[in-house]
Amino acid sequence: MSILVDKNTKVIVQGFTGKEGTFHSEQCLAYGTQIVGGVTPGKGGMEHLGKPVFNTVAEAVKKTKATVSMIFVPPAFVSDAVMEAADAGIELAVIITEGAPVKDMMFAKAYAVKKEMKTIGPNCPGIITAEECKIGIMPGMIFKKGNVGLISKSGTLTYEASNQVVCEGYGISTAVGIGGDPIIGLSYKQLLPMFENDPETKAIVMIGEIGGDLEIQAAHFIKENIKKPVVAFIAGQTAPKGKRMGHAGAIISGGAGTAAEKMTALEEAGVRVVISPADIGKAVKEVLN
Amino acid sequence: MNIHEYQAKEIFRKYGVPTPSGHVAYTPDEAVRVAQDLGGNIWVVKAQIHAGGRGLGGGVKIAKTTDEVKDWATKILGMNLVTHQTGAEGKLVQKVYIEEGADIKKEYYLGMVLDRAKEMPVMMASTEGGMEIEEVASKSPEKIVKVAIDPTIGFQGFHGREIAFGLGLENADIMPFIKFAQALYKVYMENDAEMIEINPLIKTGDGRFLALDAKMGFDNNALYRQNSIAEMRDLSEEEATEIEAGKYGLSYVKLDGDVGCMVNGAGLAMGTMDTINYVGGKPANFLDVGGGANPETVAKGFEIILKDKNVKSIFVNIFGGIVRCDRVANGILEATKITDVNVPVIVRLDGTNAKEAAAILNSAGIENIIAANDLEDGAKKAVEAAKRG
Repeated sequence: MSILVDKNTKVIVQGFTGKEGTFHSEQCLAYGTQIVGGVTPGKGGMEHLGKPVFNTVAEAVKKTKATVSMIFVPPAFVSDAVMEAADAGIELAVIITEGAPVKDMMFAKAYAVKKEMKTIGPNCPGIITAEECKIGIMPGMIFKKGNVGLISKSGTLTYEASNQVVCEGYGISTAVGIGGDPIIGLSYKQLLPMFENDPETKAIVMIGEIGGDLEIQAAHFIKENIKKPVVAFIAGQTAPKGKRMGHAGAIISGGAGTAAEKMTALEEAGVRVVISPADIGKAVKEVLN
Repeated sequence: MNIHEYQAKEIFRKYGVPTPSGHVAYTPDEAVRVAQDLGGNIWVVKAQIHAGGRGLGGGVKIAKTTDEVKDWATKILGMNLVTHQTGAEGKLVQKVYIEEGADIKKEYYLGMVLDRAKEMPVMMASTEGGMEIEEVASKSPEKIVKVAIDPTIGFQGFHGREIAFGLGLENADIMPFIKFAQALYKVYMENDAEMIEINPLIKTGDGRFLALDAKMGFDNNALYRQNSIAEMRDLSEEEATEIEAGKYGLSYVKLDGDVGCMVNGAGLAMGTMDTINYVGGKPANFLDVGGGANPETVAKGFEIILKDKNVKSIFVNIFGGIVRCDRVANGILEATKITDVNVPVIVRLDGTNAKEAAAILNSAGIENIIAANDLEDGAKKAVEAAKRG
């Protein structure tokens, strides 16, 4: 068991034949992900990496029965690609692209919700179910199979956390990089219950950062609904106010969205909050014993 | 990206959001000419910098004659304006905005921003014009009217009515206010704005609504399709090192500590700062070198970090995934040949080929490059090195 994706998940890639799309699709295929085709308008009928290329997502879905799309198209075309996936009946779109305009994502997300398509990202490393299915750009070998579910706004912190968990002798069930943009798809609140219901997952690590209030919403949700132990780290305790820290959404605006308020809310919800990201692995060990 | 008041008001006028007449000036003589062109017998001379609180800092003055316009423009141009938003170092004023005086009957606040929880823009208004919205929010939140606007239906009359009645406007003011708010929504959406603040929005003696101040920020990711906005960027308002870093695809923010850091990924970069703090040090900066971490970007990273003379050690923390650590290690060694690095550099490389990377660094035998085992070890070593000076 795992959440959202596993070895049987059929995946298509939008932006399949581009540089990024090609490189990461190859890596995913090598990991064992069932990429069954891709979409590049105007290149339909071609074969790429041994898989068929289609002009439209609708055609790709019809021919391949894919349920998930991994999106690599350039930022200016992301909302179009997401809406096309939703329209074609894709169930989950994993949006890797960085730099999509907020306004575009506002419309794309609203349409995805209307069509009941789940989205992950944009500006994220993707999702991986350890040793089964990797849909994204994370280094697969870091994720050894195990019982810890991971939800994170940050790419490299996800790798850091997984590495620590593995070094402590545990492993990962599924890891989801939800992205650090102001508007994102699946968030803690939607993913936490999935991990709660997944028999393979015994503990959950959530990594947040400054900006917005998704972590506060998560804290309220955990207090009421989550029985499994949760370990959390919030990045940006030392970040200054009003400055954007790399991610478009990582900014303390008007004094709101600080690491301190998020850490307090999570602690009040019974979450094991670590101050240093170097302690994530140790904390997981503690809560599992 | 932020713009000046005079630029925001230019955009407002294009969309029919009423503002008093005015024009920017770069010299006292120009300020006088602008005042003469505007006519009337009362003008406001306003310092143009990207920070709020200009009035309290002495950057906004009223003139009753063109001689006074000249006097104030002379005093304000070239002054180092310190407000609660500029920090103690203040900001140099290089232009002033000359505006006709307005007959203020009542002041309001009106703003727009993205509501991240609702995933749609929200319009905020308050009767406490002139006061900062954060202050109103903490002292008397009941005085703020907030209306989220679903972009799939756009700004409707009911949105406007909710705000207008929420503010307790008189019946005669409802329609003009809604027209104002509707135009503002259009400004926000069509220009990919991230934030608009009109503080104060005024009602004049003859019953008109005017934007007396204007502040706008934009979504950087959308600037590629907003050419006229992108052209409004004023580089003199931004940190020189941050601009420099941006040219090389690096994301840099200066802080006030002495341990420099260079990290791949924004989250891990913040996490590294937090770890330095946790082990008793103070980070000197945020720096995300991105996924590549090749010799050129790493060299540039060193150069930018070392521009800050407070830096006494540098912690390079790279979690290599797709980018192999041995390549990053070679990149770091190359970089030290390109840029002269005269402080201890603590390097932690983890992930793919981490062992090979450590061997490369150790066998290079460079005295000021010290390998670390993990995140905490690296942070501790960097903090110790900084303390030794």
